[in-house]
Amino acid sequence: MTDGSSTADGASTEAPSAGRSRPGGRVSSGFGRYLFKHVGGAAVSLLLVLFSSFFIFRLIAGDPIDQLTRERPVSPEERAAMRAELGLDQPMWQQFWDYITGTLTMDLGESFQYRRPIFDLIVERLPATLILSGTGMVLAVVLGFWIGTRAGWKQGTRFDKGHVATGLLLYSAPTFWLGMIIILVFARYLGLFPVNGMRSPSTPPDFWSQAADIGYHLVLPVLTYTAVVYAGYLMIMRSSLLDEIGSDYLTTARAKGLRDDEVRRKHAVPNALLPTVTLVFLALGGVVNGSIVTETVFSWPGLGSLFVQSIFYPDRPVLQALFVLFSSSTILAVLGAEILYWFIDPRIRRSG
Amino acid sequence: MTTTTPVSPRSLRWARRRQSFTRSWNAYRSQRTGMIGLFLLAAIVILALAAPILVDESQLSVTQATGGRMEPPSAGFPLGTDEVGRSILALTLWGARLSLLIGLTATVVAILVGTAIGVTAGHIGGWYGWIALRFSDWFMVLPSLVVAIALLAVLGRSMSTTILVIAMVSWSGTTRLVRAQTLTVQARPYLERAKALGAGHWHQMTKHILPNVLPLVLASATLLVPSAILMESSLAWLGLGDPNVVSWGSILNRASSNGAVSAHAWWYLLPPGLAILLVVLAFMMCGRALEAVFNPRLRGEQS
Repeated sequence: MTDGSSTADGASTEAPSAGRSRPGGRVSSGFGRYLFKHVGGAAVSLLLVLFSSFFIFRLIAGDPIDQLTRERPVSPEERAAMRAELGLDQPMWQQFWDYITGTLTMDLGESFQYRRPIFDLIVERLPATLILSGTGMVLAVVLGFWIGTRAGWKQGTRFDKGHVATGLLLYSAPTFWLGMIIILVFARYLGLFPVNGMRSPSTPPDFWSQAADIGYHLVLPVLTYTAVVYAGYLMIMRSSLLDEIGSDYLTTARAKGLRDDEVRRKHAVPNALLPTVTLVFLALGGVVNGSIVTETVFSWPGLGSLFVQSIFYPDRPVLQALFVLFSSSTILAVLGAEILYWFIDPRIRRSG
Repeated sequence: MTTTTPVSPRSLRWARRRQSFTRSWNAYRSQRTGMIGLFLLAAIVILALAAPILVDESQLSVTQATGGRMEPPSAGFPLGTDEVGRSILALTLWGARLSLLIGLTATVVAILVGTAIGVTAGHIGGWYGWIALRFSDWFMVLPSLVVAIALLAVLGRSMSTTILVIAMVSWSGTTRLVRAQTLTVQARPYLERAKALGAGHWHQMTKHILPNVLPLVLASATLLVPSAILMESSLAWLGLGDPNVVSWGSILNRASSNGAVSAHAWWYLLPPGLAILLVVLAFMMCGRALEAVFNPRLRGEQS
């Protein structure tokens, strides 16, 4: 089935031990090839993202000087000086080359609105985004899986129907609107939580008070984010469990005398989890960009609100950098899912 | 069922199509959620079409507004007024037209492009098929809201760019689906027969592959519309919609930029948002029911 010779030469650079006939060596050479294929694909995708961001923001968008100098008249000399400063007087291929090398060395240029290096801006705002969508995503995944498996296992019951209906309803609600309603009810009418922002200025500077304050501000945005996202996990988990439910191995497990609960936990769920892994990884990529709307509703000082704010300035270098960051994070997350698949799904190893 | 005497291939074909349509309709009709969704959808579409009869367009004008600033619901304004005194009811009714129009048009464009690329990629294959598949994979991975925002930010705000941008971020799923289905249809014996009888690529694609792919496309289109409508409302709410038209998203954009939340103006927020929710829900219910009808994997009883 798997002949070592044909796989060995393709992957010789990754796995030097591949030529030897140890069984372990054969597996690693197959993995090397698989890895090479997918890493290569991801690298091409990333390059395409760089290409398209250059295309969108430098070629379609026109001259940034026009936008920068909207309100005031500028002399041709001033214009030329600005062009030279931004590197726009170079030939297009030179600009493209500078852009690619700049991005690869984390030199993302300077923001128009903050007059600061974009890299610093991103580093400064990343934690806020990670806290918000990281918490929201973990909650959504746990909730979606937990309810999804139980609903699928007891298909057609009141529990199942009720949860599917609730999930669909929340899934249909526009995130921004749900956020506004949540603010209206919990912050405005009931006054339980702050309206927006991440921390209050009056909080003492020690770690625990700060953490508590951020947690307090985090409740409503996380509620919004989770409410909209969890239904997707619920539906996928439910339907992949439904796919397994008629399988023979479950009948066998029951015939062995296992309790219903054990059959579900030990036999059905592990198999049903497989298709959901991709979804979780996609969501991991989404952690960086998934909360654009939520951050904007709650004025949360993360990357998403920076992105939206940059549209209207317009702060093109920031838009461009975030476009690349958001897109590459999803590409890398999908790559992660593909690599993980090698370890959890034996069928891939056989097909190569 | 078609009676005696020689039947032309055309009438035979139509009789078969009618038959399979009736079968699908019966399968659809037996699903309660699908029927509820269909009724809901019909009601919304009728209201949207009748908006000009129910409410005069002059009520949308900012300068001719008759009400006070953010008045709560009253007899004259059943759903209250906005910040310049226009009726929220009138705005929501008219907004339905635009939200539906953009959602449907964007979906149609996405489906046409996706199906064309999918069928050709599956049928022709080779280098072209490989590149088309990789390209659609790439598009599928990109975060759609980010791409849409970036494109709208540089292309400018108008209805046609909104439609174009939404179509651009949603065609790739259809391509994948159609390509996969094309490959399975292609493996069936009757295509071999058609080829043996000298059918060209065009004939094979339009007469044999497309009719077999279309039902699945229809089901996936029904599920694309709600995401297009949600996308449009998010973009309009962010302020990236056409400034000259009223859609549900743009109403909510005005609501939040004029402080409707801090003014506790729930009547300004609820109607357009609930309208989006209902339309999306209706389309999802219909789409899920259609999927159950057309997706062979979910269709249990037939062999």
